[in-house]
Amino acid sequence: MNVKDKKIKFFGNGIGQMTIPIIAICLLVLFNLIRDPSFFSIEIKNNTYGNTVLAGNLISIINGASELAILAMGMTMVTAACGGQDISVGAAAAIAGSVFVKILKTPAQISAGTVIIAFICACIVAMIFGAFNGTLVAVFKIQPMIATLILYTCGRSIAYWINGGATPTVESGIITSIGGFIPGVPIPTPVIIVIVTGILFKLVFHFTSLELFTQSVGINGSAARLNGINSTFIKLLSFIILGVCVAIAGSIGVSRLGLINHETLLLDIEMDTILAVAIGGNNLGGGKFKIGGSIIGAYVIQTLTITLYAMKVSSTDVKAYKAIVIILLVVIGSPVVKEKINRFTIRMRSSKEQTTVKGADES
Amino acid sequence: MNDIKKTRREPLTNTQLLMTITIGIFVVMYLIAMIFLQGGFLHAQQIFDMLNDNASLIIVSCGLTIVMIGGGIDISVGAVTSLTVMSCVIYLNNGGSLFVSILLALGIGLAFGAVQGFLISYLEIQPFIVTLAGMFFARGMTTILSVDPQKAEHAGLTKLSETQIEMNWLGYKAKNGNLIPARMEIGVVIAVLCIVVVFLLLRFFRLGRSFYAMGGNQQSALMLGINIKRTRFLSYLICGLLSGISGYVFMMHTGAGNATNAAGMEMNAIASSIIGGTLLTGGVGNVIGTFFGTMTLTTIKKIVVSSGLNQPYWQSLTTGGMLCFFILLQSIVLGQRAKKKGRISKEPETAETVETAETAKDAEDDETAETTENTEPGKDA
Repeated sequence: MNVKDKKIKFFGNGIGQMTIPIIAICLLVLFNLIRDPSFFSIEIKNNTYGNTVLAGNLISIINGASELAILAMGMTMVTAACGGQDISVGAAAAIAGSVFVKILKTPAQISAGTVIIAFICACIVAMIFGAFNGTLVAVFKIQPMIATLILYTCGRSIAYWINGGATPTVESGIITSIGGFIPGVPIPTPVIIVIVTGILFKLVFHFTSLELFTQSVGINGSAARLNGINSTFIKLLSFIILGVCVAIAGSIGVSRLGLINHETLLLDIEMDTILAVAIGGNNLGGGKFKIGGSIIGAYVIQTLTITLYAMKVSSTDVKAYKAIVIILLVVIGSPVVKEKINRFTIRMRSSKEQTTVKGADES
Repeated sequence: MNDIKKTRREPLTNTQLLMTITIGIFVVMYLIAMIFLQGGFLHAQQIFDMLNDNASLIIVSCGLTIVMIGGGIDISVGAVTSLTVMSCVIYLNNGGSLFVSILLALGIGLAFGAVQGFLISYLEIQPFIVTLAGMFFARGMTTILSVDPQKAEHAGLTKLSETQIEMNWLGYKAKNGNLIPARMEIGVVIAVLCIVVVFLLLRFFRLGRSFYAMGGNQQSALMLGINIKRTRFLSYLICGLLSGISGYVFMMHTGAGNATNAAGMEMNAIASSIIGGTLLTGGVGNVIGTFFGTMTLTTIKKIVVSSGLNQPYWQSLTTGGMLCFFILLQSIVLGQRAKKKGRISKEPETAETVETAETAKDAEDDETAETTENTEPGKDA
């Protein structure tokens, strides 16, 4: 009985927030398995540094989506609280990465301490820029997209200026292990960082009421204010949290390549991030949100990209195919289509119930 | 009743105020450039150069202004422009006729506008996502058509793009004594025509007024009997059409198709609209302001270049700084006015409780827009 109730509730609520991203990722996996059964095979290899590591398409998908997943977590908070998106994350990540490299290059030898200090500095700088965006949005009540357009326009120029236009390389065992594999651990380090960040978010939501506050500010800011929630602060905080995520993503991006190129570091990632949030079923107008959905959304995008690459689509043409899939996904997830499906399932269920009731009468 | 009286008493609506500020700043900036930088700024050709280079940007910004007044956003415009250029060039190089190429450009624009408009208005998908996908699609299609730059080799097109309107009375004497007349391309004429048509549409036609009403307050517009879905669809359709026109103008100016054509144009267009006084929340804006927004943006770039700050990062730094200045200015000016109005009547609070989640968010995000919304459509209605 209990199970049946649950089932009815699941369908009764229509398509839940997580259903679309999960269906999407299942379809993609299925498609790949039909196309090439060995697509997801994982093998154990020795890489050039002599470590035993996992390799394969699945690993490269999960590994490649790390920056996107981390940014998507932060973006979800901003979207939920402010009802708008930050389009400056790519530029801000370039700034954070530049600062990261700048500090790393200062001492002669790169030790673990230097990396930590460099990361903290990158965090602080990214948080300051986040606070700048946040102030424009929360205090001056400017639409997030417009407010972040400023940093989007000039962010990469600031990054250019930090390292004097050069693209310095960093050569250090620690940096390679952050961007690649820690010796002895077969899982790529960026994946571990994503998991740690996810757990941190979960812990924060568990021990504070940040999630509830963010939702209520996003749903109705005035009502939240009247209930004693400082909506200005919550909005500002969401941007600062995004700033931390940006710093993490920027540092990973730098560590992966071992150099900072302010023009190409995480280029165009802001659009992918917003897409990840949308595919995750979050309302881009603010309000209820699920971080998990965004993370799955990030993996959906990466799976799609890798699948297209595997089908020998050239990197410049990928965008067109990506767009078609995205449109299909959002059409399925659109409120109108959802309602139609809902009505359809309800009709189906009621007709089924009628037949069962009839059957009961007859017996 | 009270509302209408109030707006009559007021000298300027928010739209007009923001536009006046932009025009003022443009004039002041240009005068400063004339006095301190002299050089090219003293010749009328400078203005015509700015127009020649930015005709397509102006057209795109007009379309974007309509969408933004309606409370939406379209970030696919630059990519659609690029796709139009590429397809027209390839079509012309394969022996197509000029007339059909114009139809092709309009058709591509209309197709994008129609599909995106349908998805946004009838399926209620967020405009940002739809137009983002549209942008990806158009950019992807451009590279699928050709990765290498394509030069247009068509006699008719060359003739068309070389046709220039020469104005002797605005010319200047070169060092060798020859009179160099001021030159204007055909694209500028098309751009000016677009501005006039869009201005008239927004000012005097029912459809144009519906855009304001819809962007200002969707719920109220619905109660006024406006067909929201159709109006929104039309706003995207017009924007798409203008993107197509802009693509053709772009082609006439450059004469070549390139995958990186019009890169970042959507953000420039958004910036122009904002500097011109259009609010992204909808309901406020004017196409004349947008025109001056584009000109302001171009002027600052010209000033930066002619001041000798030639490093690549200076342009974007100054553009960013100026955007910041304008955005803050708008926020403060509108905030002050909203406060003044708020003292007379406290309306925004009551409206929110009825509205759906989407519109409630708008109201919450800034009360400034809320107050303008109520007055703007009421003024002319």
